[in-house]
Amino acid sequence: MIADPLRDGIAAGWKVIDAAALDRDLALEADVVIAGSGAGGGVTAEILAQAGLSVVIVEEGPLRSSSDFRMREREAYPQLYQESAGRQTADKAITILQGRSVGGSTTVNWTSSFRTPPTTLAHWRHDFGLALAGEPDLAPWFERMEERLSIAPWPVAPNENNDILRRGCEKLGFPAAAIRRNVKGCWNLGYCGMGCPTNAKQSMLVTTIPGALAKGATLLHRARVERLVASGDRIVSAQARGVAASGAQPGPYRIRLAARHYVLSAGAIGSPAVLLRSELPDPHELVGKRTFLHPTVVSAAVMPWEVKGFEGAPQSIYSDHFLDSVPVDGPVGYKLEAPPLHPILAGITLPGYGTRHAAWMKEFANLQVVIALLRDGFHPGSPGGRVILRADGTPALDYPLGDFLREGMRRAYLTMAEIQFAAGAKTVMPLHEDGGPAASWAEAKSAIAALPMAALHPRIVSAHVMGGCAMGPDARRAVVDERGRHHHLANLSVHDGSLFPTSIGANPQLSIYAFAARMAAGLARELAPAPGRAG
Amino acid sequence: MLTRRQFLKVGVASGVVLAGAGWLATRRGRAPAPGFQWLDERSARIVTALVPAVLEGALPAAQPARGDAVREAVAAFDRAVSGLSPPVQEEIAQLFALLGLAAGRFIVAGVRSEWAEATGEEVTAFLARWRSSRFGLLRAGYQALTQLIIASWYGNPASWERIGYPGPPTLEPPPS
Repeated sequence: MIADPLRDGIAAGWKVIDAAALDRDLALEADVVIAGSGAGGGVTAEILAQAGLSVVIVEEGPLRSSSDFRMREREAYPQLYQESAGRQTADKAITILQGRSVGGSTTVNWTSSFRTPPTTLAHWRHDFGLALAGEPDLAPWFERMEERLSIAPWPVAPNENNDILRRGCEKLGFPAAAIRRNVKGCWNLGYCGMGCPTNAKQSMLVTTIPGALAKGATLLHRARVERLVASGDRIVSAQARGVAASGAQPGPYRIRLAARHYVLSAGAIGSPAVLLRSELPDPHELVGKRTFLHPTVVSAAVMPWEVKGFEGAPQSIYSDHFLDSVPVDGPVGYKLEAPPLHPILAGITLPGYGTRHAAWMKEFANLQVVIALLRDGFHPGSPGGRVILRADGTPALDYPLGDFLREGMRRAYLTMAEIQFAAGAKTVMPLHEDGGPAASWAEAKSAIAALPMAALHPRIVSAHVMGGCAMGPDARRAVVDERGRHHHLANLSVHDGSLFPTSIGANPQLSIYAFAARMAAGLARELAPAPGRAG
Repeated sequence: MLTRRQFLKVGVASGVVLAGAGWLATRRGRAPAPGFQWLDERSARIVTALVPAVLEGALPAAQPARGDAVREAVAAFDRAVSGLSPPVQEEIAQLFALLGLAAGRFIVAGVRSEWAEATGEEVTAFLARWRSSRFGLLRAGYQALTQLIIASWYGNPASWERIGYPGPPTLEPPPS
């Protein structure tokens, strides 16, 4: 029997409120209200609670924990993801995998842990004036979070899907390496994306959220922060609402949260949406702009042997060759990784329908898949997207793909096919509505050269939403300062992926952890009862 | 609702039908058909007509397994849409309102027969037409319908044997 720390904690008296089960309006007071329980909110909650501050964490999604995680896509996606893992950009051209339960995306991510790349930090210093983004400034915060979340090299051999990426890169002379993971006693099952059933993944759900709750924090789940109410240069309350039990509709009861300080950690779509709904000062119209996605294109290969991409740690090998060998502000670079393969995710990403689609699915156990994550936001041709509000106040992301990114997508398809053939693929197919299987590298090359790249031809996915509330010293270019504090409001911070002025060029979780930890420690010093206590 | 830009993009005849369908979807309100949480009778007929074409080659060939698989895929489609946010549900309702109008089915989808009578060839031709349409809105409609149906089938353990997926492991501690 696997222990479930959340259920045990609740039984022991942790303060956890399901807002979908409210039968009346609710009012809560705390030192700090945090909207969101993902990478930013979780880290912030624990550090503030350890400093002796009273904290309320508000999470839109439900509380689900290891006892609920049954490794079945059709149960996991509706419970744990925004739009059942089918959130899309406004034109439907990019599908966004984003978490929506306690722990946010950390509950469902694939555990890849990278420090913010030095090239990215240098770009932020030089082009955005970030003074605190030096490697030595951040090193202690990376170390602290690596220790807290057991981030370490993964000593187990990669699964075959990842090892094919490694071998293909090796054949072609592209450096590839193992990815560090935030796991403790991992069973190597391969179902990280459906919630870790053994609590090995050191997500916020099993680390900082329990840490905060054990220090007396309150977790209010299935509650959505609708708006912040300002008076002068201060936020005086946050208005939230329970989500109906179905999960989709807003519930009838109102929640009023009053605090000394408010932290938005609702993710790079959710946090800008709260700011926009609240109509807070934004004199330079920056909120929700420059939103980045690491737009990701996908290449599938049929191997002559079994790959079983559904087994084993899903993402354990990467290559940064096509990031490191190009200038950061030149033609777009891309990171190469491998994804897990499960029937629904593979089925909806493979193009087409009918017998052609069925034929690819028949090869499911022999399929090998490589993904290329484009490093968006470093070049004028890649200004990112924009969070807008629908008529009902919910956010949508408009992300037009320009020629700059389309050119990179084509190069990425070529790279992935070359690697897959080098590793011994029988056939390779770019996941693109007009893509067909090629039996050789030469054939793939000419087919890819002819592919149309307009929206809704290539299958584009994203698992990393970043930007929209950029940090920086200049209020004309940034929403918050480098402490995460809003440039125009005294008691409002942003601690999540929306802080980043460009994409990161690596899976973002560890970047969010480190920046949030530093910001939260600063906040704790300022707000905490006992002076000098940094959490 | 359609923006003016989208309207111009899809062409005047289709645009008139699309706008009318959106208006109908909002005005009529929708009532789920018996046994469904979200699909009304008309949209359930459309999904039932689409499933065999989208999943041709993947569904069991012989009855009664085939009929069961189609029914289960339609039911899973219904569950999937009912879990989406209200604005996304509304977009899908507009898509079905369009396909459910005779004019929409005929002019925009190119399907002459009523959905319940449409042949596999007609449905496949509709999918092919929208898939390669020059209008992004129709390509998006094609992807939404096919992806929802594909997800509805491959979430069903009955689909796994054919593709060599053993299903999730049992939680036995690994041998030490």
